[in-house]
Amino acid sequence: MIMDTQTTTGIDVGKLIGSVERFRNEGYRLVQIGCTKVGEQYEVNYSFDKDYHFENIRITIAGDTEVPSISGMYWSAFAYENEMHDLFGIQVRGMNIDFKGTFIRTAVRYPFSQPPVTVTKGDKP
Amino acid sequence: MAFFEMVKTALRTVMQKPVTILYPLQAAKKTPISRGHVVFDGSTCISCGICLRRCPSQAIVLNKEAKSWQINRFRCVVCNSCVDTCPTKSLTMDTRYTAPAAVQGVETFTITYVKPARPEKKDESG
Amino acid sequence: MSKQIIVPFGPQHPVLPEPIHLDLVLEDERVIDVIPSIGYIHRGFEKLVEKREFTDYVYIAERTCGICSFVHGATYCQGIEQIMKIDVPERAEYLRVIWSEYSRLHSHLLWLGLFADSFGFENLFMNAWKIREDILDVMEQTTGGRVIQGSCKVGGVRRDISNEKLDAMAKDLDRIDRDMKELTTVFLQDSSIQHRLRNVGVISRDDAYHLGAVGPTARGSGVAIDTRKLGYGAYDRLNVPVVTDSCGDCYSRCAVRARELFTSTDLIRQAVKKIPDGPIDVKVTGVPDGEYFMRAEQPRGELVHYLKGNGTKFLVRSRIRTPTLTNIPPLIKMLQGCELADVPVIVLSIDPCISCTER
Repeated sequence: MIMDTQTTTGIDVGKLIGSVERFRNEGYRLVQIGCTKVGEQYEVNYSFDKDYHFENIRITIAGDTEVPSISGMYWSAFAYENEMHDLFGIQVRGMNIDFKGTFIRTAVRYPFSQPPVTVTKGDKP
Repeated sequence: MAFFEMVKTALRTVMQKPVTILYPLQAAKKTPISRGHVVFDGSTCISCGICLRRCPSQAIVLNKEAKSWQINRFRCVVCNSCVDTCPTKSLTMDTRYTAPAAVQGVETFTITYVKPARPEKKDESG
Repeated sequence: MSKQIIVPFGPQHPVLPEPIHLDLVLEDERVIDVIPSIGYIHRGFEKLVEKREFTDYVYIAERTCGICSFVHGATYCQGIEQIMKIDVPERAEYLRVIWSEYSRLHSHLLWLGLFADSFGFENLFMNAWKIREDILDVMEQTTGGRVIQGSCKVGGVRRDISNEKLDAMAKDLDRIDRDMKELTTVFLQDSSIQHRLRNVGVISRDDAYHLGAVGPTARGSGVAIDTRKLGYGAYDRLNVPVVTDSCGDCYSRCAVRARELFTSTDLIRQAVKKIPDGPIDVKVTGVPDGEYFMRAEQPRGELVHYLKGNGTKFLVRSRIRTPTLTNIPPLIKMLQGCELADVPVIVLSIDPCISCTER
């Protein structure tokens, strides 16, 4: 079955805290914070849900913009913000629990912001 | 709040015979569609390369000039997509697992299919 | 003035099915604070989406986790179908529901066994897994694989189940129901188990909601959210009851999962009665262009697959947000103030599936 279409609102980085506060006051819960690399920019999606009603806001930033943390309003956001920092290299200001890059330890720093590595066919792994 | 609730079940299982099987001394239980390992038939393969492109772990290597078809058993995840997409049905799925090995390597098979010669086109012009 | 010491828990621990590291700050046997650390099994699945076509990525999405693998594959396929606006035939939707509910049964039975092992009741652990063998046999007879099913594809399912086989499966559920009833009676009534589980790891209803708990972790505290109520697949045509319990301790979470076993067998019987005849797949042409957040109910909670395509056969982004990642902050809250000997029981009561969390 085809489900309802979902809408995404794009907002400015400066208005992020205000929008998230509005969701908090209306009783929404945080679903996820996700990051996508599109070309040279990064799109960060914040998703909220209340009574099965889904809302999504998005900010588009360059790689070196600092994003304010929303862990003042949603305490559980530290898991997503640390993961975003460890995999993409986005600096988040004011996290309540800051792992400083050790939440997910990878061989290559900030792996998802770099192009993929090619393996030739049939080689031993 | 009950006490010793598990005694009934425990006594019953002690009286029955064990439900485990002594694998590998006894054969593992299998069904007709269980996925074990891929079997290649070289006499029907037309070297189209579809299995190579569909393999999600890039375990198949095909060499058209040398007529060899290689599979890396350690990379194969037995997903059945090469079997499903082969146009000449040269690949089938067997139910037994690949035996353990001490050294990683590839298995090579030769392709013995020869394309039948096309009958010569008769001259259409009257 | 008592001293504070730090005890590392994990990544290797007999009670954990997968590696997670917790630094426990203790003061005389009582836990004051917890610092989690993950990353031991990060395989970088989301990066592979740039190298594998969107029709082949199903096999990778399935292998994110060994316990909940069917739901990952089905959710990914449904996400692509929503982006490309493909209408899947009804028979395929019902088959996906039947396999998802069998997957939920096997996952909850696995968890019940591990939970009994965590407080030392090995006999109960073995009995729960004995019932689970029957479920895995059904999965192997209908899909070909016990753990990784491989039966979902974009546009439908790859294999069909004949109507005679479906009726035989529904009849066999009576015997499985009887065995499960005996098993859950031990879990819920036995006094030694209640001594270990009552008032251990308590989290209140407001805390559970605001910290983002999902699945049985939230339903054990009285928050009635179940993503199956969204009505994806064939769930809008079936009656899905939401099982909750109000105490918020380990016993409530165990009771919620034990009762969900019976709602799953009921859903399978409903689906077998209503399944129509017809084709099982539809031909897929074109490439995905657009994005969608597909949400589904995994045995552990709400799973989100975010997929973004840009008109080529490789997707731009596939983000998997699993329920265990969002259940870790409530876990930290539950562990504060408990005794050291209760830590394994509480960690296991949120059903940690770390290989899903790390992808």
